Amino acid sequence: MSKFEFSRRGVLKSATALTAGLAAPTIFTSSAWAAGYTNEPKGGTVTFGFNVPQSGAYADEGADELRAYQLAVEHINGEGDGGMLGTFSSKALTGNGVNGKKVVFVTGDTQTKSDAARASAKRMIEKDGAIMITGGSSSGVAVAVQGLCQDAGVIFMAGLTHSNDTTGKDKRANGFRHFFNTEMTGAALAPVLKNNYGTDRTAYHLTADYTWGWSQEGSIQKYTEALGWKTASAVRTPLGAGDFSQYITPVLNSGADVLILNHYGRDMVNSLTQAVQFGLRDKMVNGKKFEVVVPLYSRLMAQGAGDAVKGIFGSTNWHWSLQDEASKAFVKSFGQKYGFPPSQAAHTTYCQAILYADAAQRAGTFRPSGVGKALEGFKFDGLGNGPTEYRAEDHQCFKDVLVVKGKENPTSKFDLLEVVEVTPRAQVEYPALLLGGELGPYNDGA
Amino acid sequence: MPTRNDMLLLTGFVAVVLAAPFLFEPIGAGYPDLLQKFAIFGIFAIGFNILFGLTGYLSFGHAAFLGVGSYTAVWTFKLLSMNPLPAIVLATLFGGLFAALIGFISLRRTGIYFSILTLAFAQMSYNLAYSVLTPITNGETGLQLSQGDPRVLDIAFGRDYGAVLPSSDLFGLEMTGYPGFYFCGAMLIVCFYIALRIFRSPFGMMLRAVKSNQNRMNYTGLNTRPYALTAFIISGMYAGLAGGLLAVTDPLAGAERMQWTASGEVVLMTILGGSGTLLGPVIGAAVIKYFENIFSAFNKSMLGDIFSFLPESLQSGAVSVASLFVGEGWHLTLGAMFVLIVIFLPGGLMEGIRRIGALARRKKPGGGASASTPAE
Amino acid sequence: MDAIFLQILNGLDKGGAYALIALGLTIIFGTLGVVNFAHGALFMLGAFCAVSIKALFSMNKVALDPTQMTAWGTPMEIRTPYIIDWFGDFGATLLDYSVPVSILIAIPVMLLLGVIMERGLIRHFYKRPHADQILVTFGLAIVLQELVKSQFGANPIPQPAPEAAQGMIDFGLAIGFDAGNVVYPAWRLIYFLFSLAIIGIVFAFLQFTTFGMVVRAGMADRETVGLLGIDIDRRFTIVFGMAAVVAGLAGAMYTPILSPDYHMGMDFLVLSFVVVVVGGMGSLGGAVAAGFLLGILQSFASMNEVKNIFPGIDQIIIYLIAVVILLVRPRGLMGRKGVMEG
Repeated sequence: MSKFEFSRRGVLKSATALTAGLAAPTIFTSSAWAAGYTNEPKGGTVTFGFNVPQSGAYADEGADELRAYQLAVEHINGEGDGGMLGTFSSKALTGNGVNGKKVVFVTGDTQTKSDAARASAKRMIEKDGAIMITGGSSSGVAVAVQGLCQDAGVIFMAGLTHSNDTTGKDKRANGFRHFFNTEMTGAALAPVLKNNYGTDRTAYHLTADYTWGWSQEGSIQKYTEALGWKTASAVRTPLGAGDFSQYITPVLNSGADVLILNHYGRDMVNSLTQAVQFGLRDKMVNGKKFEVVVPLYSRLMAQGAGDAVKGIFGSTNWHWSLQDEASKAFVKSFGQKYGFPPSQAAHTTYCQAILYADAAQRAGTFRPSGVGKALEGFKFDGLGNGPTEYRAEDHQCFKDVLVVKGKENPTSKFDLLEVVEVTPRAQVEYPALLLGGELGPYNDGA
Repeated sequence: MPTRNDMLLLTGFVAVVLAAPFLFEPIGAGYPDLLQKFAIFGIFAIGFNILFGLTGYLSFGHAAFLGVGSYTAVWTFKLLSMNPLPAIVLATLFGGLFAALIGFISLRRTGIYFSILTLAFAQMSYNLAYSVLTPITNGETGLQLSQGDPRVLDIAFGRDYGAVLPSSDLFGLEMTGYPGFYFCGAMLIVCFYIALRIFRSPFGMMLRAVKSNQNRMNYTGLNTRPYALTAFIISGMYAGLAGGLLAVTDPLAGAERMQWTASGEVVLMTILGGSGTLLGPVIGAAVIKYFENIFSAFNKSMLGDIFSFLPESLQSGAVSVASLFVGEGWHLTLGAMFVLIVIFLPGGLMEGIRRIGALARRKKPGGGASASTPAE
Repeated sequence: MDAIFLQILNGLDKGGAYALIALGLTIIFGTLGVVNFAHGALFMLGAFCAVSIKALFSMNKVALDPTQMTAWGTPMEIRTPYIIDWFGDFGATLLDYSVPVSILIAIPVMLLLGVIMERGLIRHFYKRPHADQILVTFGLAIVLQELVKSQFGANPIPQPAPEAAQGMIDFGLAIGFDAGNVVYPAWRLIYFLFSLAIIGIVFAFLQFTTFGMVVRAGMADRETVGLLGIDIDRRFTIVFGMAAVVAGLAGAMYTPILSPDYHMGMDFLVLSFVVVVVGGMGSLGGAVAAGFLLGILQSFASMNEVKNIFPGIDQIIIYLIAVVILLVRPRGLMGRKGVMEG
């Protein structure tokens, strides 16, 4: 077997090509990078990038997010009925775009996968000139895209991401999150669980196997064990698994009397309906009735699971049945346009779009460090959650948390959850050092 | 020995790669991320072609080597240095080692059994990376850099990135944007050259002999297994390199790139371009990546603009038919194109180009039969 | 003890699906000599037959009710499916039983699809090498799944089982364990019995009819059958159609267990090929046995006790078994010596 001969000519040729190639880039500093910051908008429009899951386990939430984004863009540009801009405490936005520029948008499909999400975010930044990226329904995707935005020098307004890590150990200066996290869920749910189920319980966790699942399992375990509950087992399930029967059958004989489903989206719909099919909700274990808890709820999931959600506790960021002015305005605006009430995914993404536009308007620029400084420590109200603060240490919003329960007698196919408790913000707040990580400096790009 | 035609081909190839941002700008493919993907998947496909095109072994497991390369590269960034050179060297090495392991076992069988074995290994690796080895791979979330990475070599050489999360840089030249593409492009040229030499060498001829009739080779007393294994390892190294480059340009390694359907993608690329040819896989990779990024971004309004020259009634019909094939439906276009190519043009796009070229040459008066390059 | 029994039950419904798909694959491979990577897509198409039937039955008319208002100020919409409107209670029953009813529709549809596939595409590939067959059927599978995706969307569409079958059956009570320890959802047991029935029908067909005899002969030695003057080509079409029907029925009835989406074909395909290889390519009994065996093995590997010894074993056990069998006994568990060896 002969070896390949590396003729000198061949090596010289390749070397010349290599050096020529590496020297070439100096010619190509294109305008996107020579400016003051990445994708500095010239002309009369500014582009927002909406990176949402349009397929995969969280696609329903993604579709709702996109609807909310389109509504937000309409309101920022002054069309429609203004939605929550009317009730928002900051009046910087006047309905003619942001900093005098009309808002247009591009969309991308994250497919609920980190690789695809980063690729579509990259495309929106490099090709379509997006000034900020927002959206997403999976914490794994959020962490991945947040890292990309930090590298690229654009702001990332997180969509629906619940893991502690997004503003915890994976926090980045260019990233901002409005949605609550698992630490707050644990703190809010624990007292309700204690009041309803007592302190002598054994929990079995079924957890989606990625950062959010791990985060929620950890938080719930921490708070329930502080109550005195025992944890029988914590089993990881792949994200997007359709058939959970092989994970549910071990629960039947494990001695646990509470099943905690750390699942979201399609996963939760499937695991809950299958848990009901296996008769878990009718069982008696250790003399107590078997209970199921779904720490993170959404109305879309409840719709998918139907009767199975009756009497199940969970927490949400927002619910359309809230009676404050802002929530009612948003429900009216969204409902009239789309024919059904908005979900919490729609609400948080709408708020993020408005908050970004407002911050850019107040800062007078789209430069990430400028917008970021306008958001740090920003206190506001009138976006449906009561008084809220964007904490500077970790770019996380702090507000009241809703504990909800599946209604026993739903009045319509949208009215499946009822708010049983509004946990005040003070009870769920924690010091920023608790979750670790470092923000680092802003990256303006270029 | 490479012929004069091959040298011309190489020079032309180098020219295209160097001028790529200009050449591809008019069709909207001039932005760095897409160009990097062209180069990276071109490398992946060239490597796969060495196995499938020359020996005829259809492997569905190469995505596993891509994944191994990516994870190795990111770990190198975390532990050793942000310089891409150690990363891609180690990525290639580990890709090759993993390929040696899997190839040794899989090559004990041939034909459909070999394919299923590689498929099984790919899915096993994917499942392991996704759920079992999460301390190493970080599962679904993907492996990313963090502030607290040791980066031993960098500290030893006095490079401290401080509080900023760095991107990979070649002695100070950042690997994002166009410089990243040129780095990948340089790698592509080197890989293309190596593939060219393999094709024209006695080793390559032996591989083709294995493809034509393995039994006969065995009867004449040659042990074909080491050749096939070497080809498998080489293609594994190419895949590892491609995976490492993926991480160099974008320091995140996700588990999805190890699924068997990602292997299916490289099969598509190679067949589409033309298996067994030199340029075919690169062209196939470029076409598929272009479709994936550009076609999928077409939406109804863009289609409306394209068809605006039609009268109103025809326009909406044209848009709805076309929208089946672009936007989210680009997979459909890809699948349909693939089926058509396998049925009518088994030699892929390269065969199509050659046929058109032959037609054109026949049209020239006194054209006659020009010497066509063998096995191209 | 009851935990073990429960795990066995758990493996049966999945095993049934694997067995049915593997059966079709083996028939096609054994008779036609074609490696059909589009078989998973046939499974998916059967599932979407069920989806279409339900969508058809659920077509509703919208009436605005001005007396009730929604929270955003528009009158509430009342939706009544046409079928209930026209047929009353019978219509409601039809809607409820849409999944079993879809079997009746799935049979002719899948037969037609199989025949078209075979006539249009597969028959040109009988003489081509296996690699080409794999590639063209792979491409075909992609085209089919994308067509379904463009028509039905990218998300799973849940199909509930009939009301009567939505409960669970307390097996344990019947056998002597404590009540409530070995319960299993009724529909999964129904699916298992259904898969046994289909397998039985196929075997009976092959064993007791002349056509079946010719097919078995063709599986043993195609050339000789041709030399004997029997036109095997025409029978190929029917055989392919039959395999398509089996896969389609498996898919249609599986919809209450796993909500169908365009991607389910590919997911099941990999496992089905593994099953076929383990059972022995060309052996029908082997395919069926291996299907159930692997389903049960996967179920056992998910037990927490097992996972504590070998972490992550449930994800890789099927592939591990396949690798071991392929290396140690390449003709599979029940394959005949000399068929596709080496």
